[in-house]
Amino acid sequence: MTATLLIEQLLNGLQFGLMLFLIAAGLTLVFGIMDVLNLAHGSLYMIGAYLAATIAQASGSFWIALPAAVVATGLIGLLLEITLMRRLYRRDHLAQVLATFAVILIADDSVRLLWGPAPILLSAPAALSGPVQILPGVLYPAYRLLIIAVGLVLALALYLFIAHTRTGMLVRAGSSNRDMARQMGARVERLFAIIFMLGAMLSAVAGALLGPLLAVEIGMGENILILALVVIVIGGIGSIRGAFVGAVLVGLVDTAGRAFLPDVLNHFLAGAVAAQLGPALAAIAIYVLMAAVLFLRPQGLFPARA
Amino acid sequence: MKLRAALPWLVLLAAALLPWAATAIDQSYYIGFARRVMIFALAAASLNFIMGYGGMVSLGHAAFFGIGAYTVGIAMTHGVASAWIVWPLAMAAAAFAALAIGSISLRTRGVYFIMITLAFAQMVYYLAVGLKTYGGEDGLTLIQRSQIGFGIDTGDEATLYYIVLAALAGTMFLLNRAVQARFGRALIGIRENEARMEAIGFPTFRYRLAGFVIAAAIAGLAGALFANHNAFVSPTILHWTQSATLVVMVLLGGLGYRYGGVIGATVLLLLEETLAALTDTWHLPLGAFLLAVVFIAPRGLAAVFSRPAR
Repeated sequence: MTATLLIEQLLNGLQFGLMLFLIAAGLTLVFGIMDVLNLAHGSLYMIGAYLAATIAQASGSFWIALPAAVVATGLIGLLLEITLMRRLYRRDHLAQVLATFAVILIADDSVRLLWGPAPILLSAPAALSGPVQILPGVLYPAYRLLIIAVGLVLALALYLFIAHTRTGMLVRAGSSNRDMARQMGARVERLFAIIFMLGAMLSAVAGALLGPLLAVEIGMGENILILALVVIVIGGIGSIRGAFVGAVLVGLVDTAGRAFLPDVLNHFLAGAVAAQLGPALAAIAIYVLMAAVLFLRPQGLFPARA
Repeated sequence: MKLRAALPWLVLLAAALLPWAATAIDQSYYIGFARRVMIFALAAASLNFIMGYGGMVSLGHAAFFGIGAYTVGIAMTHGVASAWIVWPLAMAAAAFAALAIGSISLRTRGVYFIMITLAFAQMVYYLAVGLKTYGGEDGLTLIQRSQIGFGIDTGDEATLYYIVLAALAGTMFLLNRAVQARFGRALIGIRENEARMEAIGFPTFRYRLAGFVIAAAIAGLAGALFANHNAFVSPTILHWTQSATLVVMVLLGGLGYRYGGVIGATVLLLLEETLAALTDTWHLPLGAFLLAVVFIAPRGLAAVFSRPAR
């Protein structure tokens, strides 16, 4: 285990964690403020990636595709909020689970109809395809650095938005006590639509940026959705700060687990056993983390509600 | 009223006659299909028991189903094929896992309970993927079905059908009795007001844990039957979407209705089967149907033609 490898894996973990944060941020706000368990949030991530890939192919430029896909997904999210989510706010969580599960089915098959069943290609911009030297002797892919930068900038922007704008104040108010915010005259309906659209746009950013690294395929939303749910439960539902800490934690634990756990096990166990157990334990690590957090702090690390 | 009381018996009679009818019209494929429906009905009914009466929304029920199925598969690779050993073992394994998972998870409430059961189910899923000795991601093929003896050939499609039917009917009978017994009433009471139940002297945690374990054992039995039905087990049956499908079945059929789980599993699988025969993109109409249910029949299909069995 060399220092180079360690730095590389830490950066990979940070990069994955930041993208998880973009997805989890929307999910935690929708959950915390509107009290809606939106399983279809992963589908917006998938739609963002598919739109980015298509626009990149048509225009030939990743830099046009990224903002275009984000705006388009935001509009789709707005449409979803107006036509469906709005009717679910007053229903219980189980009705929301059933309805948004139905949305997953519809979204997956709509993508299958429009793009076909095979995964499609989204390439990273050519200018960023090579590695750069970040420390003497340490090379790291430029594209992954871009992802980290975008993730950090968006996290900062989101923090400023939540902590220092009027709308952000309403978001915080809605998060900590929805009914009170309504009583005090906050126009929650408009706020809900804004939040939902914002969440859709953030997951589209993650979808478009992760597209070149992971596969752009049907079902990609379901896998990432579970990770995002783990993140918001660890962080505390409704808390942006919690989502950030949770996401980076999950990203680091997941990446480090996959990279180092098999080697560590090799020292203690026979090779064959370690080879079987290593990958399984690495995949389990984040769920153990979540179970432990829930056991010790049932409201998550940064509970939004007092 | 009389028809309503007779309906379950009529359905049972129809189910008993199905293999004969399917053979008569030379469509024995439907024996296997109906068998799969009944296996999932069994699993969904067990989930309905804890979700509907106990208020415990578990998004990890597929774990117990899968543990049951893997018990049969793993025992088979070691040469243990007797149903009398393996099926109780499958139920015990699922129950034991539920005891461990439940004693941690049941300390949380609401959405957190949903998430922690999901977390444990994911652990079981990745464990199955990591079990390279037993097929890992590729799954495990069973060389034969569990043996019952007494001249009963489980290899016969209709025979296995009747075994599954008996398991489902027997379990439904026991679950319906349990709901009306002290145990079920206590579970419902705890769902409605745990503090009050505790105050009048019920060990509420133990009651909920017992309900959780019983439901898991039934799901384990369903898994064991599924392993026999499919002659193959793989991590797919443990995936979280499988748990979500079971939840969807219960909600579709009618949460807390006596036959909610059975109705939901039957309707969902029938729809899947019919739609998949018509079009490749069958999720689309299925999703539209589920959305319609949410708004038109918010308490599930059972609510449309029966009273809640609360």
